[in-house]
Amino acid sequence: MSGNLLNAGMTAIVMKAFNQTLYMVFWSTLFSVILGFFPAIVLTLTAPDGLKPNKIVYEVLSFIVNVFRSFPFIILLVILIPFTRMVVGKSIGTTASIVPLTVSAIPYIARVFETSLRETNPGVIEAARSFGASNFQILMRVYVKESIPRMLNGVVLLVISLIGYSAMAGTVGGGGIGDIAIRYGYQQYKTDYLIVCSVILIAFVQLIQMLGNYMYKKMS
Amino acid sequence: MIQITNVKKSFKNNEVLKDISLEINKGEIFGIIGQSGAGKSTLLRCINGLESYDQGTITVDGVKVDIKDKKKLRLLQKRMGMIFQGFNLLERLDVYQNVALPMKFWGIPTNTPEAKEKITRLIKLVGLEDKMHQKPRELSGGQKQRVAIARALVLDPDFLLCDEATSALDPEITKGILALLHRINEEMGITIIIVTHQMEVVKQICQRVAFLSKGRMLAVGKPEQLFVWPKEKEIRDFLREESDKLPSSGVNLKLFFFGEGNQRPIVTQMSQELHTDFNICWAKLEDFREDVYGSLVLNMDKKDLERACAFLDSKNVTWEIIQN
Repeated sequence: MSGNLLNAGMTAIVMKAFNQTLYMVFWSTLFSVILGFFPAIVLTLTAPDGLKPNKIVYEVLSFIVNVFRSFPFIILLVILIPFTRMVVGKSIGTTASIVPLTVSAIPYIARVFETSLRETNPGVIEAARSFGASNFQILMRVYVKESIPRMLNGVVLLVISLIGYSAMAGTVGGGGIGDIAIRYGYQQYKTDYLIVCSVILIAFVQLIQMLGNYMYKKMS
Repeated sequence: MIQITNVKKSFKNNEVLKDISLEINKGEIFGIIGQSGAGKSTLLRCINGLESYDQGTITVDGVKVDIKDKKKLRLLQKRMGMIFQGFNLLERLDVYQNVALPMKFWGIPTNTPEAKEKITRLIKLVGLEDKMHQKPRELSGGQKQRVAIARALVLDPDFLLCDEATSALDPEITKGILALLHRINEEMGITIIIVTHQMEVVKQICQRVAFLSKGRMLAVGKPEQLFVWPKEKEIRDFLREESDKLPSSGVNLKLFFFGEGNQRPIVTQMSQELHTDFNICWAKLEDFREDVYGSLVLNMDKKDLERACAFLDSKNVTWEIIQN
């Protein structure tokens, strides 16, 4: 066991792991936001109070979203191995873990975006219609534009839960801070690693939340 | 001119508009009044195609409002600005951007000098030049409605539709908004249609008014004609008229005053001339735009009734016996 808390070896290990965490969280957030945006739009449009209500489309899509959301992440991780191999060529490693992270985040972000979009004041939508706005204009200039701060809040929540999930991704060799905490801190009884990793995660989550709050205030 | 002919509309099995026919002339301020649920907002929304109707026709300057013909409907909607009870401004846009929004829907550039001049002029018209770059949440209710009015005018409409536009505002602010609407009507020649449940609104600015009750149009005419001596029980109930508080003994006689006849000391004259006393049991004076209209209920013995009526006829006073 190391004598002083932050020796050179530990710093290198933790830094590398932190970079892996950033890498996994950044890409899975980006992909899931892009890919989750579309189902969210379809759900918003086809909802009973939407611009093009369609019960069948809404219910089917809603059901799919629910099914994917109810999978425990650790199981999704295993089920998706063949799919991951197809997409990135291998099923183990930091890049590979982006796939299950993204897949689990898409339905989450779809639901969060849908809720954000549907919170738009119906009166504002009606006002836009009264001025002769087309459905597409209402969607972009009213729904999306008015919902951006709320959607941003959803993304902050997503990033924070992805940090948590990325720790589990360590089980498929994803690495990252959580993985170090488990392997060194828990399995090798190196309490100092456990403490350092926890402190980094807490600080990171705090920072993201603060940044999110600041941007929400700025944008709304 | 807006022509509404035999319009009917139902939601599921509930008929909300029952055979409505009326005409709204160019340049007038027209009120549609009634209790909540009377169908007045629905009627307004049918006029600019926010809502469809089942039967009959609505035409605007000869063009039929048809929700299925999207292209034509959009052009009609461009000619009809609308303001709402809840103001319905976009929270994330400032005053200037909110006013400019309808232009964006029409692909009209908003960064040209002419566009900027127009938007600024409208914001000045509604008296918010010092709030140009504030967000709606920094404004009061009355100010928000002013922004909404500027926004409704930005496409140079011929009509301004107001859906309970002052219902969320206190009386003083309401007066200011109505004065602004009146100015817009006079200076810009815009036809204004006002849906409201507030008698005050109709009395202050409407030149003509339609009374709706349970989807039916009960009366249409000048406000002073409609509301000083309403024949319809529904209108009386709406105005919370005298009928429930009058004495049940003797006869109740209602006198109407309008225009310049107001000032005459008719009751004292009648009392002196007929050598009888009358009990004044109810009276009301109403301001209708510039004029004052009033009514008065006298209670008297049955034996005096004939003489009293003869006296009133000789003085050209309109009267009516109130049946209990």
